[in-house]
Amino acid sequence: MKSTLATAAAKGAAIDIVSAIKRYGAFTALDDVSLHIEPGEFMTLLGPSGSGKTTTLNVVAGFTEITSGELTVGGTSMVGVPAHKRNIGVVFQHYALFPHMNVGRNVAYPLTLRGVGRAERERRVARALDMVKMADFAHRYPSELSGGQQQRVALARAIVFDPPILLMDEPLGALDKKLREWLQLEIKRIHRELGTTFVYVTHDQEEALVLSDRIAVFNHGRIEQIGTGRQLYDEPATLFVGKFIGDSTVLRGEARVSGEETAITIAGETVTTRRRIADGARPVMLLRPEKLSLARPGAGAGGRNRLSGEIAEAIYLGSGSKYEVRLRDGSTAIVRSPLEAESFAIGDAVSLCFAERDAKLLADDDQADLILT
Amino acid sequence: MPAAPPAKGARKAPRFIAGPLWLTVPALVLLVAVVGYPLLIIVLRSFSEPAWGVQNYVWFFGTPVNLVVLQRTFEVSAWVTLACVISAYPYAYMMTVVGPAMRMLLILCVLVPFWVSGVVRTMAWVILLQDSGVINSLLKWAGLGTVRLIRTQLGVVIGMTQVLLPFMILPLYSVMRGIDLRLVQAARSLGARPSRAFLQVYLPLSLPGVYAGAIIVFILALGFYITPALLGGPRSVLLSTLMQNQVLSLLNWGRGGAMGVVLLVATFVLLALAAPLMRQRHKQGARR
Ligand SMILES: Nc1ncnc2c1ncn2[C@@H]1O[C@H](COP(=O)(O)OP(=O)(O)OP(=O)(O)O)[C@@H](O)[C@H]1O
Ligand SMILES: [Mg+2]
Repeated sequence: MKSTLATAAAKGAAIDIVSAIKRYGAFTALDDVSLHIEPGEFMTLLGPSGSGKTTTLNVVAGFTEITSGELTVGGTSMVGVPAHKRNIGVVFQHYALFPHMNVGRNVAYPLTLRGVGRAERERRVARALDMVKMADFAHRYPSELSGGQQQRVALARAIVFDPPILLMDEPLGALDKKLREWLQLEIKRIHRELGTTFVYVTHDQEEALVLSDRIAVFNHGRIEQIGTGRQLYDEPATLFVGKFIGDSTVLRGEARVSGEETAITIAGETVTTRRRIADGARPVMLLRPEKLSLARPGAGAGGRNRLSGEIAEAIYLGSGSKYEVRLRDGSTAIVRSPLEAESFAIGDAVSLCFAERDAKLLADDDQADLILT
Repeated sequence: MPAAPPAKGARKAPRFIAGPLWLTVPALVLLVAVVGYPLLIIVLRSFSEPAWGVQNYVWFFGTPVNLVVLQRTFEVSAWVTLACVISAYPYAYMMTVVGPAMRMLLILCVLVPFWVSGVVRTMAWVILLQDSGVINSLLKWAGLGTVRLIRTQLGVVIGMTQVLLPFMILPLYSVMRGIDLRLVQAARSLGARPSRAFLQVYLPLSLPGVYAGAIIVFILALGFYITPALLGGPRSVLLSTLMQNQVLSLLNWGRGGAMGVVLLVATFVLLALAAPLMRQRHKQGARR
């Protein structure tokens, strides 16, 4: 999970945010956010627009003060410390290169501020530009660079003074997909080489999965869950996380407890689970597309949970097929089936099958605490 | 490949721009006929009255008082420009950071003087600055004695600064509005304390506005007439007053014209000196 720690743990600093609350008048932008980031970790803050990711980053950078709570970096409290004394690198979505300085002077700027001598400065600027593969552009002005090039220069400028922490706020947000994917790998490589603690903001879950050691999922100014990509995908703590990470089918039903088993009625059909749920609760069931399979009605293995439906869309993907299945209550299930599985056509009546352990039972967004286990 | 579409667009563009060229005719007529023609006449008369030759220029540069006044005119203009820059800079900056309602108010404060005639505003200054005026009454009341303001160079500078201030604020504001304040934030994150972030990032980016405003104010100040005439005294006469005297009182169009030409040439020389400075800033300030 954190292979980088072994090589360069000394260079990154830990970040601890404890019960941070940020209010803008009556509006609460951060609602009791607690987050521990290991030295050298690549932590991604993931969440929809307005969920408080940038606010969290700004709090760490020192652009915003929290209303209450505690923030420590490397064990030292940062509350009240002005931004320029924090020694934290920041990369902005809008690049924020100084238009009146060429690339070389932009990257040298933090060193100039720190009174680094000329020879040493030139050496470090060259090294940083080398690292982002922009060594040949030192004499260009930002207006003469493409977006991707500008962002690489901004990255060089943010790491040239060897900060123990690098914050990045949607740095690839303005770039096209190809460039984004390539730069993701570059960022990952630089993280590995530097051993700096990276805190990365994005609302693109794929990007988060590619880059991160761990991901913190934000929603409405709160953290819904923190974990590795795999943990978030396999064991989402909330419906929001389940829906935000990866494709998923969400089914709504009503629970009836009888002895050891709980029966959940979904669109007139019943599936069973051994998980304990309050009688009469209305949980949601979350299913990943690759955990669902299709069968002709009446055929196939018994003993599994089945729901009947009809194929609404069939898409051939090359590596397999993707189906959209309309269930009786009108909800849609997404199924990804492997190449060797039986194929279906639009309009076919099918049974949607899944194993009990693959169904995640979660509280509906508007009624938390109904699930006991 | 990615460069192809914009290039195509750029080649097409001139056709759209060339079409309505004739729309500039009204402005051109006004500029050429109303400014150019009289200017030509003035230049001609400065060389031809009372006889052909350069006698008017010989007179101008041979009369010490003219040179003193010329120097004073540049001096006063420089002071006015400096005073305008210093007072307009924070004002224009505030215009860019306040909320929309407050900004409207600040813009209004800049524009209202435009709607009040210069004569009226200058008269207001006479009331404020005169020996028994508001300012001196206040100073006396505070036990600080009195200062001579009216009919002094200081009074002229104060009055002209007030009248010309909008010409400094507006270009400054338009440049400052385009400065990305997040650049200052970036500088702070890189380790710059607020004062350095301002001096090394914000100030350089705002300089084009300072230059533009300063040139406008300076040139307007060189030829300013009403305010110096009403607020100034015999020891603070500026070239415009001297010129008016020659032309309207002494009906000496030749000498008056020569003064005008000297002022014009001096202005052009100044502009030529300032041009490289402006051009350099333009290149660096090119948009992202
Ligand atoms: N200065 C401010 N005054 C008032 N409200 C603010 C201020 N800054 C942010 N907010 C509010 O705080 C909330 C969180 O904002 P934030 O910028 O952290 O969102 P985000 O997660 O970064 O979203 P995005 O993905 O769109 O960048 C938003 O609802 C925003 O409107
Ligand atoms: Mg944001």
